[in-house]
Amino acid sequence: MSESKQHVIPFKTYALILAALLALTLITYHVALVDLGPWNIVVAIVIACTKAVLVVLFFMHAAYAPRRTRLVILAGVFWLLLLLGLTLADYLTRPPATDSISSNNAPAAYVR
Amino acid sequence: MERTGALLGQFRDLDQQRDTVALGMWVFLLTEIMFFGGMFLTYTIYRLKFPHAFAEGSRELDVVKGGWNTAVLIASSFTMALAVRAAQMRKRKLLCILLASTMILGGVFLGVKYFEYAQKFEHHLVPGPDFHMSAPDAAQVQIFFSLYFAMTGMHALHMIIGEGMLLALLIYSWRGKYTGGYFAPVENGGLYWHFVDIVWIFLFPLLYLVDLHR
Repeated sequence: MSESKQHVIPFKTYALILAALLALTLITYHVALVDLGPWNIVVAIVIACTKAVLVVLFFMHAAYAPRRTRLVILAGVFWLLLLLGLTLADYLTRPPATDSISSNNAPAAYVR
Repeated sequence: MERTGALLGQFRDLDQQRDTVALGMWVFLLTEIMFFGGMFLTYTIYRLKFPHAFAEGSRELDVVKGGWNTAVLIASSFTMALAVRAAQMRKRKLLCILLASTMILGGVFLGVKYFEYAQKFEHHLVPGPDFHMSAPDAAQVQIFFSLYFAMTGMHALHMIIGEGMLLALLIYSWRGKYTGGYFAPVENGGLYWHFVDIVWIFLFPLLYLVDLHR
């Protein structure tokens, strides 16, 4: 039987990633208690993305996967950014006056 | 067909077969990214429209339970990653113990989620005729809770499916099916479980944390 050259990641690597993920969870909680104005959401998303990248690279083995697999993963991220980016490019640039679902002029019928 | 380490005809070697199987799983996960992506987009748009109401809704959530669950789910991803490693090293007992640990941690997550949901029913925070809140923008807070239940509900459903998948993997692993060199189902099960973990990694800050300081 042909022995494969599969990559077995050392236990220590997994343990380090676990520690990093738990530490980032604690950090994101404590940062959320501080008022950073508009930066709260930015910090929260940056930390979440960092955690997601750690999971994808090490727990999901993307760091050791062939380039083709990594390209497919990046394509997924790219498509998600298109969905979010292009839609927000619309919503964030609408003048308030033409906005039909603004919180200021919600139709009375919808307010209980 | 004998599937313990067997190389199927269309592949050059076991490595190519393994890479291809993982690639297929990733293509499925991309559809999942787009599925959850749509809900995250909806959340973002409504949050931009009703920042005050979303902050009010967010503060009704139990951040201690949410944070605890985040740690539990990360730990379950850790045991799942180690399970794949055990299969690679052909350690049957270790593989079974780690799969069972992952199932238990997933069960703890769902249990805590059950109590969170029960609390929302008690506090009349479930959208619908029973929803009650004295805030002036209660209608908009209801949108927050609709999204809360849609997103965490779909996530929980994925967890329940994952638990069924883990049970199947555990039974086959116990019979020694995945410790003879062929363990693609364990690896793909791992990819699925980690994906569900990542969804929660984004849900936790967006639903529980971002308005905590207000």
